[in-house]
Amino acid sequence: MDFKTFLHAGSNRRAMLKGMGIAAVGFSLTGTLAGCGEKEAKKLANGEEAKLNFYNWDTYIGETTLEDYKDSAGVDVNMTLFASNDELFAKLRAGNPGYDVIVPSNDFVERMAAADMLVELDKSQIPNFKNVAKDFQDVPYDPARKYSMPYTWLALGIGYRKSKVKGVPDSWKVLFDSDEYKGRIAVLSEAGDMFRLYGKYMGKSVNALTDADIKAIEAMMVKQKPNIKSFHEDNGQDLLLKGEVDLVLEYNGDIAQAMTEDPDIGFIIPKEGSQLNSDNLCIPKGAPHPKNAHAFINYLLDAEAGKKITETILYPTPNDAAKALMPEEYKSNSVIFPPADVLAKCEYAKFNPELQPKYEEAFTRVRAA
Amino acid sequence: MAGALQDWKSQKKPFAAIASLPVFWLALFFVAPMAIVWLYSFGQNAGPADIEISGTLENYKRATEWLYLSIFLKSLAVAALTTLICLIVGFPVAMAITFAAPKWRPWLLLGIMLPFWTNLLIRTYALMALMGTNGYMNKGLGGLWEGASWLRTLVGMQPLEAWTPVQLLYNNFAVVLGLVYVHLPFMVLPLYSALDRLDKSLIEASLDLGAGHFKTFMQIVVPLAAPGIVAGVMITLIPALGAYLTPDLMGGTDSQMIANVIERQFKRANDWPFGAALSFLLIYAMFILIALQSMKANKTKEVR
Repeated sequence: MDFKTFLHAGSNRRAMLKGMGIAAVGFSLTGTLAGCGEKEAKKLANGEEAKLNFYNWDTYIGETTLEDYKDSAGVDVNMTLFASNDELFAKLRAGNPGYDVIVPSNDFVERMAAADMLVELDKSQIPNFKNVAKDFQDVPYDPARKYSMPYTWLALGIGYRKSKVKGVPDSWKVLFDSDEYKGRIAVLSEAGDMFRLYGKYMGKSVNALTDADIKAIEAMMVKQKPNIKSFHEDNGQDLLLKGEVDLVLEYNGDIAQAMTEDPDIGFIIPKEGSQLNSDNLCIPKGAPHPKNAHAFINYLLDAEAGKKITETILYPTPNDAAKALMPEEYKSNSVIFPPADVLAKCEYAKFNPELQPKYEEAFTRVRAA
Repeated sequence: MAGALQDWKSQKKPFAAIASLPVFWLALFFVAPMAIVWLYSFGQNAGPADIEISGTLENYKRATEWLYLSIFLKSLAVAALTTLICLIVGFPVAMAITFAAPKWRPWLLLGIMLPFWTNLLIRTYALMALMGTNGYMNKGLGGLWEGASWLRTLVGMQPLEAWTPVQLLYNNFAVVLGLVYVHLPFMVLPLYSALDRLDKSLIEASLDLGAGHFKTFMQIVVPLAAPGIVAGVMITLIPALGAYLTPDLMGGTDSQMIANVIERQFKRANDWPFGAALSFLLIYAMFILIALQSMKANKTKEVR
């Protein structure tokens, strides 16, 4: 345990900022955004001022991407950060405070589209859409990519410390239904993901759980609870790196980052299949610079720009042109790009307004049990 | 002039001039948002981003189910334990500062307030680094254990078996410890201000008249510091009851507190009406707590 690992506690894109958001309530943000409209800045050829407000996850852009964009397009990108989809949604639900481009995950694309909060994208302004991999050009959560462009995708799986785990833990059983690694397991605190993955373990689709299933899963969770050390807030890779736990339910991108620091860490998507997530570029309704927003999204989908982003964040990219420019060790990394037969068993979670509160209440019961 | 301002009832205009800004501030940034949340508590979701205020009591009905009441009671127990430990630890600290040499007092007070200069989250992460399985506490204990083992071999006994790290983090113990750490200054400062005003000649008189130190403490110091104790208990108990960062980060699988449940309603569950009802249940409970306290204070005044 040295100072570096302590600092590392905050280096993942979600965990630290989540806490910061708790403390800081975000006064400054609305201030800066309000200030943007006041000054009449120089106009671009498209009639908009040379500004753009980008609302992104932490550590989720290339090191020089924003400067490169300013050099090439002359647009100042003002990037502010959010820590969870819930925060993003909560901030926008009472009206857009001035964001042009946002990065919601797939289920929130659905939720925001359902709430009429997203602008329909004009694909003629996004020619780089051709760079997007075939699988991501038409997705169930946004048919024909009406509202969103793919930015990254991720899969949930098991991150583990190779020296402390027997063989390869290739089934959800080790996390969900076994006391083999009692007290050395951390799972997600997100109720929906947990119930859906238990569903996967039981051989069901993540989107077809019934009330009876939820009851059965709840009972399994209560039974498994004494074996679990912590419900983590998407900082599982830190728990694994610090040696707090030996097995953790986490996203492949996060574990891939941890693996670059510690070769004793492995990752597997269990044989029962898993849940996929994808983060997407969208334009919220009421965006002050919609044309700049389209141009910026187009830039992020560019091959060279996409490569630089991927080099920094190490997440799987849905951008085929960018992937082609990446080194072999990225392209052939089975953690970042799981084999096709495994992916075939993975599904995207649908936004389901009826089930989500049920998951939450059942999970609250599990925690109180 | 100073005398003329003493009674605001006879000096309405100056009073209004002074009070208008804070009252306006309070109305705009406290009363109005709270009123909106209060209205939400009688509503229901009409879409992902719409709330229909229908006057339903369904949210309160759900919030008073045993599941949520039990979490509420558990939070109260954790907060009460935190407050009690803060009082037991904080009282001697406040006494020590009061009776310290005057030139040391500002430094000691600074020491109490210093942690406030650091963000709560940073302090919590620091504590986590200290208490983790491979943290400094466990390393220190492990070192002592090995030392003891080595000493045993010196006197010809079997060495102790290998050190297994103690589970300090991710349980209710960690939550209480974290809360005590965070809330201790809230307890010490009002206690100090009460003890500082205490007339020290009363203590001398008590000792001169034959009372022992303990008796003097219990019958002179504690009753005279009572306003400080009550203030300290209130401003420790209430924020501890609403704590959610500490249980979130340091707690184990059964450490959720009511504020964590409320947070989830506003975020993940996207059920603002229910979250609002839970929040207001907490606020009502605190109102009752404060009302009981002030009723009791009035009663003691009458008796006197």
